[in-house]
Parts: sequence; C-alpha cells; structure tokens
Amino acid sequence: MKVVFERPRALSDVTSHYCPGCTHGIIHRLVAEVIDELGILERTIGVASVGCSVLAYNYLECDWQQAAHGRAPAVATGIKRSLPDRVVFTYQGDGDLASIGTAEIVHAANRGERLTVIYVNNAIYGMTGGQMAPTTLEGQVTATTPLGRDVSRAGHPMRMAEMLATLPGVSYLARVAVNKPANIMRAKKAIKQAFMVQIDDLGFGMVEILSTCPTNWGLHPVKALEWVDEAMVPYYPLGEFKVPGEVKEE
Amino acid sequence: MLGEKVLMKGNEAIGEAAIRAGCQLYFAYPITPQSELPQYLARRMPEEGRVFLQAESEIAAINMVYGAAGTGARVMTSSSSPGISLKQEGISYIAGAELPCVIVNIVRGGPGLGGIQPAQSDYFQATKGGGHGDYRLIVLAPASVQEMVDLTILAFDLADKYRNPVMILGDGVLGQMMEPVEFKAVEPANIPKPWATTGRKGREKNIVNSLYLDPSRLEEHNRHLQEKYKQIAENEVRYDSYRSEDAEVLVVAYGITARIARTAVEMARADGLAAGLLRPITLFPFPADAIAQAAEGAEALLTVELSAGQMVEDVRLAVNGKKPVYFYGRTGGMMPTPEEVYREILKVAGKEVAE
Amino acid sequence: MARVEFNVDRCKGCELCTAFCPQKIIKLAEGINKMGYHPAAVEEMDKCTGCAICARVCPDCVITVYK
Repeated sequence: MKVVFERPRALSDVTSHYCPGCTHGIIHRLVAEVIDELGILERTIGVASVGCSVLAYNYLECDWQQAAHGRAPAVATGIKRSLPDRVVFTYQGDGDLASIGTAEIVHAANRGERLTVIYVNNAIYGMTGGQMAPTTLEGQVTATTPLGRDVSRAGHPMRMAEMLATLPGVSYLARVAVNKPANIMRAKKAIKQAFMVQIDDLGFGMVEILSTCPTNWGLHPVKALEWVDEAMVPYYPLGEFKVPGEVKEE
Repeated sequence: MLGEKVLMKGNEAIGEAAIRAGCQLYFAYPITPQSELPQYLARRMPEEGRVFLQAESEIAAINMVYGAAGTGARVMTSSSSPGISLKQEGISYIAGAELPCVIVNIVRGGPGLGGIQPAQSDYFQATKGGGHGDYRLIVLAPASVQEMVDLTILAFDLADKYRNPVMILGDGVLGQMMEPVEFKAVEPANIPKPWATTGRKGREKNIVNSLYLDPSRLEEHNRHLQEKYKQIAENEVRYDSYRSEDAEVLVVAYGITARIARTAVEMARADGLAAGLLRPITLFPFPADAIAQAAEGAEALLTVELSAGQMVEDVRLAVNGKKPVYFYGRTGGMMPTPEEVYREILKVAGKEVAE
Repeated sequence: MARVEFNVDRCKGCELCTAFCPQKIIKLAEGINKMGYHPAAVEEMDKCTGCAICARVCPDCVITVYK
C-alpha cells in the first residue's frame, strides 16, 4: 500500500485555531498543495491579514509578513517590488479585503501587481464575533444586523470578483467554493492558475473562495456547507471571470 | 557631482541623499509642501534601476514601506503633516515589527487640513508616538539643506543599526529653499538582516510580525523595545550649540527656527547681552543632559518654535524646575523675525522692551 | 485494499468526512480526544476504497489515505 493522500509539505504540522468545520483549513491546505506542486516553497512570501486568518503565518511553511487590517495588498506590493523574482501572495478575509482594505485591493489589482490574492468570503466577521461583513447577504442575521441585513440602510453585499474583473491589470479572477469535493478540486485548480499568472508575469491573480463560518452562522458544519449552495452561490455565482489565454490550459 | 557644491532645493536634496545612501525603493503620495521630493525621485530612481511608486494613498505608501523593509531593502517614504497622520497606523506596525525605514515629514501648519505654510507643530506626533502603543521613532531635525543631505544618509544607517523607523522632521521652509550642498562619498553601513523575508531557501522560515497574543510575550517584546530605545538615547544624541557656554539667556530651538534664533542671539550679543543657542539635532533621543548642563549657568531659558508650545515641554523636563523656561511660538505658517525673537530674549532677561 | 489513518488528537469532530464518505463508514467515536472532541473513526475498514474524499474535505488535515 502506498500513500495516496497526506499532509502537503508546505502545510505546517500543527493544530489550527479554527473552529470545527471552518473551511479556512481546507483553503490553507489547497494553497499548500499548490505551493508544493509548483515547487515554490523556498521563494514564496505570504502576507497574512487581520481577521480569523491573522495567524495564517503559523500554518504555512513559507516566509510570512503579517499586515495591518486591509493593507495586505500594499504590503505585498512592497515585497514584490523589492523582490520581483519571488512569489508573493496575500490571504485575506472579506472584512479585510472588501471593507477596510478596498482601496489597497483595487489599486494593487489596477496596477497589475504580480501578486496572488486568496480572498476568503464567508459573509460574516468571524474573529470579532459574527458582525455584518460587506459580503453579508440581504436579510442575513448577524450580531450587528439583528433583524437581518436591511440593504436600504446597510448597503448591498459586495461582489468583489465582478468589480475587480473590470480592471485591465487583472489577469486571472475566479470565484470558487469549498463546500463539496468537486468544488474543492475546482478551487485548487483556480488557486494554481492564480499563482501561475504571477509566475508567468502576466498580471494580478485573485481567487474569491466562498467559505463557511459554522460558529457565527449558527449552523452545524455540514449544514453550513449546504448554506453555501442555498444562500451564497445564487448571489455570488461561481466561475472564472477573467482568464488569460496563455495559461488557460494546464 | 561628488565632492563639488551644487545648488539644490531641500526636498530634492533629501531625494538625492537617499539615492546615495542606497535607498532601493521609494513609495509616496503627493502633498504640498514636499512634492518636489517624489517628483525628483520619479525621475532619479528609474535612472538608477530602483523603484519609484506613487501609491494610492499615504496609508498604502507606508504599508508598501513595511513590505519592502521586511525584505531587508533600504526604503523611504515622505509626506507632510496630514499625510503623516494617515501613515501613523503603518508606522506603529513598523515600529512593532522592528523594520528599518526612513520617513520624511516636511511639516505644514495644522490641525486638520491646516495650511501649506511651514510649521513645527508635529513635534509631539513625531517624538511621543503618534500611532498606538509604546514605541519611539528616531527623529532627526535638519536646519539646512546640507544637513538634510547628511541626516538623510545618517537616517538610513541608524534605521538599519537599530531596526527602527527614523523620521526626518523638516519644515516647508527647508523643503522649499535652495542652498549649496556637497555630496561626500558615502559608505552605507552594511548591516546583515537575517530576519528579512526573502524566501526561506537554506534556512528556517522568517515571519515579520507585531502580533503577540500571549500577554507575557508582548510584555517581553515591549521590554526589548524599551531597552533598545534606552540604548538609542545613550548613543545617538546629537545637538549643536552657539555661544551657550556663558549664556545668561539660553535659547532652545530646532530646524529653521534655530536659524532665526541664532540671528537673534547675535543681535543680543552685539548689544552686550549674553545669549546663547542650543539646537537639538535629534529630537528623539532628546539632548536633555546637554540642555540641563547649559542651563546651569543661565538665568532663564527661552524655547522658540513654530507651534503653540511642544518641544518646550521636553526642555522643562530637562531643566526640571531649576530655571524658568519661557516659550515663544508662532503658528499657522507665520514665521517670527529675528527682531521678534530678540525682543523675547530681552523680556526673558528682564530688560525693558519698548512695545 | 485501502486504509485511512486518523491523526486522532487533531480531529475537531466536525463531521464533514462522515457526510461525504461514499461508503458511509466514518462515524464519530464514543470516546473523546485530548482536545475534548469525539474524533472521527472507521469501524469497517475493509469497506474503504481509498477514494480520499474524506481527506479532501477535512479542514484539519487529520486523514492520511493508503491504497
């Protein structure tokens, strides 16, 4: 018998702080698998953001910088401009990327920075205890929308992938989910593409990943996966929004 | 132009000095009265094969500095007062993560949008924190275009030596004025940076970080920082003095104000009044001992600033109540004339002043 | 002949593997691990096909698959 599935080398051999069933763990593993497959661990620098993934630097074996809330794309820009032959990625949640860090993500994308952005959208603020995120769905109950998100007062959930796809600097942009095995495979492929457009010097690459927050959604982890399909996917459609011809085929 | 004197604007002289000091990347956002600096480097950095990037905001610029400094490169940003306020979050993170970098503040009047004329009203912000948490910047205050060159070069060395952000605190007059400057041959201190995130090839992974969730580890980190600031205070105090040895009235002023004060001191001396000047060059570390010593023989001290009275608090702490410390300041971009300062010296000395 | 191995003390008992196992052979154990969770376990290992779906949906990289 041989091993057909094991911990990727780039994933640290530690217990994460994530809640049971939180799919951050799956996304971390997919990034680690891609880093292993591309053989880039020794020249990759990650930028951790603020939110539940603030401790991401403890979970992947590459070099890391920890950035202020929302500023990861600016920090990553500084790293990449200093070391253009290294692979630089950010790992950001929806509060970080789509609320406090909108200026930084829009302009990094617009400059076509050779960065890979892993954007985790779980429609809620996890770390601070389940408050409304910019991506919280209409009617969704959170700690700061106790009666459900009223879009006439709190604005509409933001579709970052669609917004950023309009920018010429963006080379690869996809929205995926990690709520079932087939989607997990597609998510990994998208993450790989987003790293490859950087390595091939084609421009900015981002993958928006629909993820779960069983704890703050108040759902069993398995039910949370179902909620992604029922509530999130209809508003946040999955698919590739921008693909450069050069790396379309693997 | 090595060795020969050239006529340069202060803002541009900082830019050229940064290049001589080996600054590899410069990130900034335009703001008056320092825009000549990004304009100069927009041309010069690419000529040298280095990075110039106009960021989308001061916030982005300081975070780009964080990222690039974390790779071990020499890096600089510049702005003026309202823009420096925006950078405070990033400066706190840079201080917490102990990243070396140079931050230039060509100060203008505030608060708020204030004006675009020179001021020294960011002294508290520069020397007492500005952002959150217990941290210190090394703060250098040039008083001439030549000193803008020399202190910019020194700033990069001190930043690397102490793994600490260094601020050049100038003002709109120095930034805009032209003076002859000399660029001497520079040998930048070559300090190894084994902590830099450059890709982990051949070593364990590095993490640039200011997060310590365990209170005992955060306290330990703070103790380490305070120990470093103490060392900086012991080793890096710089000041200049003019006829302070026998001064009855000791004037304390920095930057452009020190030049006005020096003329006032000369006027007093010409009239037989023993005035002197002590000019802090480092605002942190503050030359408290030098001031205390010079104050011993003096009757009174007079602090002159382009503010409502900020450095004067440090002068009072230095003198510790032993001598009266008076203050004269102008704000909003208004500059005192030497005559004005001389009248203040006379008042402090207890002389009759014709109003 | 295939086999899965659980790193028992890393399991948080979220049951994603139990939900997706095509053979329905993964259940939470009665005992608890050192974190206090009922960890996932397989009783009828001879029914495992080594498809690795359990490992791919596991957020905590608890499972190693042999085939």
